[in-house]
Amino acid sequence: MRLDGGFSRSRERRWRSLHDLDVPRRPSRALLVALVLASVSLITLDHQGGADSPVEPVRSAVGAVFGPLESGTAAVIRPIAAIPGWFRSHDSLRAELSALEAENAELRSEVATSGYDRNRLEEYDGLTVAAENLGFALVPARVVAVGSSQAFSRTVTIDAGSDAGIRPDQTVLNNDGLVGRVLRTTRTTATVLLIIDTGSTVGGRVGGSMAMGFLEGRGDVGDSGLLDLELVDRAEVPAKHDVVVTWGSDGGAPYVSGVPVGRVTNVFSSIRETSQRAVIEPFVDFGALDLVGVVVPSGTRSDRAVIEADGSLR
Amino acid sequence: MTLTRVLTAVAAIVVALVLQVTVFPHVAWQGIVPNLVLLVVVAAALTRGPEFAAVIGFVGGVALDLAPPADHVAGRWALALVLVGYLAGRLRQGQKPTTTTVVLTVAGASFVGSSVFALTGVLLDDPGLDVGGLLTVVLVAVLWDVLLTPFVLPPLMGMFRKLEPEQRVLV
Repeated sequence: MRLDGGFSRSRERRWRSLHDLDVPRRPSRALLVALVLASVSLITLDHQGGADSPVEPVRSAVGAVFGPLESGTAAVIRPIAAIPGWFRSHDSLRAELSALEAENAELRSEVATSGYDRNRLEEYDGLTVAAENLGFALVPARVVAVGSSQAFSRTVTIDAGSDAGIRPDQTVLNNDGLVGRVLRTTRTTATVLLIIDTGSTVGGRVGGSMAMGFLEGRGDVGDSGLLDLELVDRAEVPAKHDVVVTWGSDGGAPYVSGVPVGRVTNVFSSIRETSQRAVIEPFVDFGALDLVGVVVPSGTRSDRAVIEADGSLR
Repeated sequence: MTLTRVLTAVAAIVVALVLQVTVFPHVAWQGIVPNLVLLVVVAAALTRGPEFAAVIGFVGGVALDLAPPADHVAGRWALALVLVGYLAGRLRQGQKPTTTTVVLTVAGASFVGSSVFALTGVLLDDPGLDVGGLLTVVLVAVLWDVLLTPFVLPPLMGMFRKLEPEQRVLV
């Protein structure tokens, strides 16, 4: 035994010098075990802690370092990323124009055929939106970093944080519709949970029937994330192409009411489940998010111009 | 020298992480981007061995877990990249990395890393994707990482190799 061991060791030494290896032959198992244990305890700490986990302060400290770096890099990259747009040919623009015209005509006919009920509801909706909107203002921000699909969660970083008056659980939207809600903030950045994340639930209301339900991210791979709408009233059947808006929560947190979310593309009901399910296609293109607005209480102190409910800049 | 080495590795991780979340989303396919931090860990493993790579994997993983857009349970990427660093370091021991072994190591490391991350999500009941979606994401990520290998690995490995020339003299 001892002889054998000595032999292999000496052979090893010769072999190492021959091949000029610069790492020890036997890596320490203890280090691996220590690092794995450290990772596992970090997972346990964060998982058990939930919202007030001890990892949260570390997260915001790391965020304070990486946030400005991400904002800076995004600002440098933005003009470069726009370059392919300059080289688009006349033909492709013309094709896009005709496609948009066709879509416009289709939308117009849709609006025209939806009738009296629809118009009446739209008026009500407009009224509630206006009433709810009083007392809210928008902080404009740009998306600077996007979480990868490998992380299996859909989150983005925006370049406005607590200095701009943003707090957790505020609504984020853009000019197409609802984007998500603020999860956490640092001084200069905020992390936003997109509504297409599987962990996101939004109270939704079907525009055509005022039926209420819950919207959940389906977690599909890709930019065109879809949402599942589950209606509270099982007798309700949402119509195809119906618009879904947010239902809103008390005090506008995390979602203010009346923000358009998406359009019903498919409806199905199962016998086992007690409610109707509909598939919603969001209005927002999550593959090309850039300028967004965060809904803040009116009169919030901010380090940038705030768009008030009546459209004025402050 | 050790301090310089660690600082350079940390700088490489920071640059990789920032590029991964700000630049690559512009060219991402279905939101899947190359995992540059993992490439840094593999480069460390191929040049400096499993111990250094495991430590770098832990640091890079914790950064991936905590830096802004991330919202998953912290420690999941750390665990995945510690294992990736250690295994990639063990694999290469005894031979000088050739082009083929580097590419194969990157592919294997990417597959193991993304899979370990996905599996911890399943264990923690993190609402994620179905099995088909998981596999798609993992395989596309492997493709991305292999695609970037010729551009990212040689400079990184050169950097890690240059950082400690006196150890060669000692042997």
